[in-house]
Amino acid sequence: MIDLLNIGLVTLILGLAVWAIVAREDFAAVVGFIAYGLLLTLAWVQLHGIDVALTEAAIGGGLTGVLLIGAVAHLRGSAAAVSAEPTSTPVRWLAAGVTATVSGALVICVLALPNPAPTLAHHVADNIADTGVGNPITAVLLAFRSMDTLLEAIVLLFALLGVWSLASDKSWGGRPGPQPQSDPNGILAYAARVLPPLGIIVGTYIFWVGADHPGGKFQGATILAAMWLLVMMAGLIDAPPISRTWLRVGLVAGPLLFIAIGLAGVLTADAFLSYPQGLAKPLIVAIELALLPSLTLVLGLLLLGAPRRGVQS
Amino acid sequence: MSAVLDVLSLVAIAAGVFFFFAGTVGLLRFPDTLTRLHALTKADNLGLGLVVLGLLLQVDSVLAGFKLACIWLLVLLSAASVSQVIARYVRSSDPSR
Repeated sequence: MIDLLNIGLVTLILGLAVWAIVAREDFAAVVGFIAYGLLLTLAWVQLHGIDVALTEAAIGGGLTGVLLIGAVAHLRGSAAAVSAEPTSTPVRWLAAGVTATVSGALVICVLALPNPAPTLAHHVADNIADTGVGNPITAVLLAFRSMDTLLEAIVLLFALLGVWSLASDKSWGGRPGPQPQSDPNGILAYAARVLPPLGIIVGTYIFWVGADHPGGKFQGATILAAMWLLVMMAGLIDAPPISRTWLRVGLVAGPLLFIAIGLAGVLTADAFLSYPQGLAKPLIVAIELALLPSLTLVLGLLLLGAPRRGVQS
Repeated sequence: MSAVLDVLSLVAIAAGVFFFFAGTVGLLRFPDTLTRLHALTKADNLGLGLVVLGLLLQVDSVLAGFKLACIWLLVLLSAASVSQVIARYVRSSDPSR
């Protein structure tokens, strides 16, 4: 019975993947991609990767989906001109060839993995007590491989800078997103008043529970950012100008504290990003606590896009 | 007792699946956006409600049941809000309605 469900799930995922590629309309392709992300979440749940499932639902399906819908909306009009330009046959074949080669190489790699696959899981299980956290994923992300997490947090900042750099000179430093226009008695304003209290609790809970159970700052920050965006979409508050000092301090505070604790590790422990004996848990909590608002700001601002309205308006 | 609960769960979840199915058929077959929205939201709310009801009979802790009920209420709120927003957009973009 479970096998039947799994086969159905995989078939649906593959079908949606094909749909997202061959769909004629950009919007239809994006909708297919979002559904694909949600089904992938179910696949991760079936593989008992609850942490990955949460991240896939929040980032892969949710956030990326909204980013792509925004991109489609921006491209409307110019998309027709682009697709009217015929792609030459050699280019099509080249693209198909490269894609097939990459996919083929991946398939061979996966099939060539020894059974049982090489794993560092027992090292994690042996040493997790030193970190003081109970969730092995969190232990890997913030202790054993914290360099990856640090770079991840920084790369998001660079992505935001990339988005901001698309602003025109006139609107640099101004507010991103469209002018808020709201119906204060409308349904969206109602949802934006009812949902955030719950969303903030759920987001904070998912962040806090990440120490011992599936969850963590990325998933929590996505939910908090979604609440922030909802209130802005409903027009209850306006997006902040990107030149605000509190905004910029908030954006870099998390990664900066992470780097500072990492550097302190050189002095107090033996290497960059290593924690002194017994202090691992409080330091991990401090890093997570500092990263949460930074990530919330980054994710929200990424979705809002480049500043479009000048400082004076 | 547990057999009775199992049967009740089965009936509720099967009824929920039926409403999901009916809603999907409505989404595919109905002629315009507003009627499609009608089919989708009604069926989704009722369908999910019945599925949650069926699952509520199987939970082993009050907290898990509370979470299930919360999920249903949150979906109700978001589905109702989103369909309102879509319907208003449809009306404002087509003044003949």
